[in-house]
Amino acid sequence: MRAFTYSRAEDVGAALAARGHGDDVRFLAGGTNLLDLMKQGVEAPARLIDVSRLPLADITEGDGSVRIGALARNSDVASHPLIRRRYPVLAEALLSGATAQLRNMATVGGNLMQRTRCYYFVDPTFAECNKRRPGSGCAAREGRTRIHAILGASEHCIATHPSDMAVALAALDAVVEVAGPAGTRDIALMDFHRLPGTTPEVETELRPSELITAVTLPPLPFARRSHYLKVRDRESYAFALVSVAVALDLDGAGVIRQARLALGGVAHKPWRLEEAERALRGRRADAEAGAAAADVLLQGARPYRDNAFKLTLARRAIVRALTVTASLG
Amino acid sequence: MKPIMGGNEAVTSAEAAAPAETLSAVPFSGVIVNGISRRLPDDARVTLVDFLREGLGLTGTKVGCDHGQCGACTVLVNGRRINSCLALAIAHAGDEIVTVEGLAQADGPLHPVQSAFVEHDAFQCGFCTPGQLCAAVALLEEAAAGEPSAATPDIRIIGPISLTDEEIRERMSGNLCRCGAYPNIVAAVRAAGRGRLR
Repeated sequence: MRAFTYSRAEDVGAALAARGHGDDVRFLAGGTNLLDLMKQGVEAPARLIDVSRLPLADITEGDGSVRIGALARNSDVASHPLIRRRYPVLAEALLSGATAQLRNMATVGGNLMQRTRCYYFVDPTFAECNKRRPGSGCAAREGRTRIHAILGASEHCIATHPSDMAVALAALDAVVEVAGPAGTRDIALMDFHRLPGTTPEVETELRPSELITAVTLPPLPFARRSHYLKVRDRESYAFALVSVAVALDLDGAGVIRQARLALGGVAHKPWRLEEAERALRGRRADAEAGAAAADVLLQGARPYRDNAFKLTLARRAIVRALTVTASLG
Repeated sequence: MKPIMGGNEAVTSAEAAAPAETLSAVPFSGVIVNGISRRLPDDARVTLVDFLREGLGLTGTKVGCDHGQCGACTVLVNGRRINSCLALAIAHAGDEIVTVEGLAQADGPLHPVQSAFVEHDAFQCGFCTPGQLCAAVALLEEAAAGEPSAATPDIRIIGPISLTDEEIRERMSGNLCRCGAYPNIVAAVRAAGRGRLR
């Protein structure tokens, strides 16, 4: 690990003042991804500002919404009765990720800021990676692409975002609250992560001088009927090949009034299209409805050498997630 | 603000806005390891597991993968299990840490989870065992507190957790055992969990 200076911030103002605008400074929260990348030599910040003790870990209720402090641990969010009862899809997504040890360390803000697990990004012995070295190329496009994107990729980067939590947050219309030198602002979760385009090294709308302070879940009463389905190579502690977050508003006859549907493991950000959700309205949550929604959601999908299976897997996972969600009591 | 290489410096808004020369570094805060107050290392790069092993000679905690994937470095921080390889020692000022050496008193009886591992032959080479033990101790606390897992049938129901084998396997998935002692580890955790209930 390269040498760095360490300081601990006691409040948000101090953290922002200490942070400045430099690109060689990182905020340290749970550290589960950042320290790992520093050991790998992917990240080599000159300064770390420890924000882990800032008073931003509360989960609070207001006006039917729930505000989750950016430093709430993944395990605390997943265990919280408000989240489990009102937004079970979020608790399930969190519990499907990582391990108990890592969930005890990892924070909500850090989860959003985690980097891709693309083999060619995390291993600096590969010279080509437009995220690590802009302009150097993309080794993944000619490499093993089993875990890579099928939607929204570019010739510069075909990595996926690894977060389960973000997929559930996308389905729930969550809002990310950030603090910067000029004050606070809100960023819709669906706008928070970017597609790679020509600048895959710029992964989020967060500016270097800004700090995530909270994530707010707007009221969504029908989210009590929601579910997260994660498909992966082993039963536990693995990233999603494909995942689906679903929330359904059903009438008394089991017909869908409204739906939320987001896909993970397929793109550089959670993948959600309102058009696909509209395709579910007025139908029963069955295989035909799922196939119709999948047709819309997967429009324009482009698989690479090893990941065409994700197209079939995503279609089947959508159907499964829909039918399971509809069957919830 | 005037960062110090390896220093443990706390700043507030007022201080950050003040000229750097008026800042004084806060003296080292200690860390409590197995009930004993210890001084943190000077080098900010030292991970918690390296501090425990190299700095304090507590070599029960193991370095397996050093990337948070195997769980051999699992310790309890303020009662919660974490991977000590993915933590900076310096970031744990003021925390209480328990390693495998602290689960039982030096001359006292074994911790019930340790006894269960012995009784059920829940290890072969033993390298992963300290991490397995710390993970299992925390697992029983988490289940007793009603914290759900991915194996919990309906997480919307708030209440006691029934520690089925499926629950135990899911909750122990952060601890690898290359000898493959998993069936006996599950049996030991199951027995320790039942012992708690009695």
